[in-house]
Amino acid sequence: MSDWLNLLIRFFDDFLVGAGVTLELTAIGLVMGFLLGLGLALGKVYGNKPLCWFSTAYIELFRGTPLLVQLFLIYYGLPSLGITLSQTLSAYLALGLNSAAYQAEYLRGAILAIGNTQMTAGRAIGLSRWQTILHIILPQALRLAIPSWSNEPILLLKSTAVVFLIAVQDLMAKAKRAATTTYNPIGSYLAVAVVYLVMVFALNALLKWLERKARIPGFEMEGKKGSL
Amino acid sequence: MDIIRFIQYIASGTAYTLGVTFVALPSGLILGLILAIIYVYGGKIAARTLSVYSTIMRGIPPIVLLFILYFIMSGTINLSPFWAGSISLGVISSAYQMEIIRGAILSVSGGQMIAALAIGMSRLQAIRYIVLPQTLRLAIPPWSNEAAIVIKDSSLVYALGVPEILRRAQLISASTQQPFLAYTTAALIYFGLVLFTNTLLRRLENRLRIPANP
Amino acid sequence: MTNKILTIKNLTKIYGDNIVFQNIDLSINEGDTVVIIGPSGTGKSTLLRCINLLTKPNGGQIWLDDEEITSKEVNEDNVRQHIGMVFQNFLLFNHLTALENVKLGLIKVKKLDKTAAEAKAFQELERVGLVDRAHHFPGQLSGGQQQRVAIARALAMDPRIMLFDEPTSALDPELIGEVLEVMRKLSLAGMTMLVVTHEMGFAREVADRIVFMEKGSIVEEGSPEDLFNRPKFQRTREFLWKITELYGKKEQEE
Ligand SMILES: Nc1ncnc2c1ncn2[C@@H]1O[C@H](COP(=O)(O)OP(=O)(O)OP(=O)(O)O)[C@@H](O)[C@H]1O
Ligand SMILES: [Mg+2]
Repeated sequence: MSDWLNLLIRFFDDFLVGAGVTLELTAIGLVMGFLLGLGLALGKVYGNKPLCWFSTAYIELFRGTPLLVQLFLIYYGLPSLGITLSQTLSAYLALGLNSAAYQAEYLRGAILAIGNTQMTAGRAIGLSRWQTILHIILPQALRLAIPSWSNEPILLLKSTAVVFLIAVQDLMAKAKRAATTTYNPIGSYLAVAVVYLVMVFALNALLKWLERKARIPGFEMEGKKGSL
Repeated sequence: MDIIRFIQYIASGTAYTLGVTFVALPSGLILGLILAIIYVYGGKIAARTLSVYSTIMRGIPPIVLLFILYFIMSGTINLSPFWAGSISLGVISSAYQMEIIRGAILSVSGGQMIAALAIGMSRLQAIRYIVLPQTLRLAIPPWSNEAAIVIKDSSLVYALGVPEILRRAQLISASTQQPFLAYTTAALIYFGLVLFTNTLLRRLENRLRIPANP
Repeated sequence: MTNKILTIKNLTKIYGDNIVFQNIDLSINEGDTVVIIGPSGTGKSTLLRCINLLTKPNGGQIWLDDEEITSKEVNEDNVRQHIGMVFQNFLLFNHLTALENVKLGLIKVKKLDKTAAEAKAFQELERVGLVDRAHHFPGQLSGGQQQRVAIARALAMDPRIMLFDEPTSALDPELIGEVLEVMRKLSLAGMTMLVVTHEMGFAREVADRIVFMEKGSIVEEGSPEDLFNRPKFQRTREFLWKITELYGKKEQEE
């Protein structure tokens, strides 16, 4: 136990830096995923045939394959098409593209729950289709999506832990280094497991707080599932 | 190297991917089932303990848990990476499967248990013949989601050196200088496996559906 | 002489600081049908659940025939198979057909072999007039049919006594009759029954004895004749008056 504490103390700064990188990856992946996911959700619900088809295919493909494979495809595969990205950029891209598929599904669920009546109502007062989507549907759908969407940041945070396999210096990479310098892999990975747990709990608390603030009584979707 | 042999080489990793999945998923199911039953019917202390266990297991990234469990297992009982990796993924999945089954048990009405006791069944019989058959049907859709996750997470044992799909793709991309093709092939195989499993489970769900269940 | 199937002495049940009932005494002779009436929240359901050992009483004793079933040594599962129970909301096993619902206890509890169990199950379904619905699932049956299957399921275990907890309260009015009819026949055939119900017509016609419970104690008991025509207590009179006001109209139509 005291060995383990020593390890934790010795690598504490290192882990802190790694945790920062992990949070950065999460944040950037989340924002990218949101923007792209929103586009995909709108494309799937309101788009013309090719757009709808593309959105569906994108969502299914990205949700049906491992993030690790997507990461390798981007980092090792794209250069043979003449696109070479740094490790960090590849990680951002993989996380963003991957998260977009999941976020699209949360958002689509909320958009569908708003239903056609709001579209009719918007068109009835003379708004165009896209104006209705922008001013009537989305403001409601985004609110409605919050409870189910709030799983995503935590899922994403956890899934960032594979990017050390292309040598991004995240928390897991620091653990690996600690493991090789101390010959104590179990202690090292346990240490970062604790750091991950702390981050997940903090994030969870933050999301719960946001959820409460954003809640409109009586305006919610059925079947919300809590993440933790 | 011709394209057929190229694809064949990567696809032969499928045996390992399926092997990992077929160890991890059922062992996670059995463990998850037992834990869920203890959680629901085992009294307050058991429920508290398992709730903490579940929160911790599901709060840590799978790859971190995989490494911890792998090093524990390979250090103590000297298991091969394949077995250590598969069992570890099973243990990780069991926490998620426990939650799935627990949720399903809770959504089977408490009255069903009472009715079973009332005709003289023991608690264990009531769980076995009345609660679980209904629970497991309810659990199929979320469980099929978990099955897809385990198939995808099986790619993590790449990091332990198991020659599954991703590892093979990496090996052949190094020797042929065709990384894009190699990883695309790998991705499509995973996609096929996930799609196949989902279809299979949806069939199962329809087969087992109780007519006009309220 | 008549022998007592069920004897209850000093039974008390407390939830937290809510005394549901206290010092209940009640006994039922073989072949008798006893109807319990009383306002909501009086502890009627709780009393039935105590008899079936689905909840533990806090004090008092219950005998089934000569066996004290509240003693610590008894095997609860064993006792329950000798006491049939029918619930307000039927509680059929949702994943099993009518036949399988009746059969399961025979196989798993009584350890009959499959053919014997099936024969017996058909016999019980016959008794409630539902042989033609044997292979239907609960969701495919009307409420009245579900309740009759539930009765058949309980009867299949050859219970010494049948407990009914408001068996018709969850039914549409037009389905109540078929369930009461089954119960009436059962009573005539000599089954010992303890029935909680608001169906005064049934109570008057079928009961050998009526027990009026209020606020956790038995206020008065007697033959239907006495209770309906010459109640000893004002409270009984008021309750009967209210309940006939509520349920009486339908009876007059019949
Ligand atoms: N599991 C329980 N925990 C706590 N209190 C309970 C429980 N079950 C019943 N009670 C309480 O016991 C009292 C009697 O309830 P019970 O269901 O036996 O009444 P009842 O006479 O059957 O009424 P009703 O006609 O509405 O069915 C009520 O005050 C109820 O709140
Ligand atoms: Mg009641």
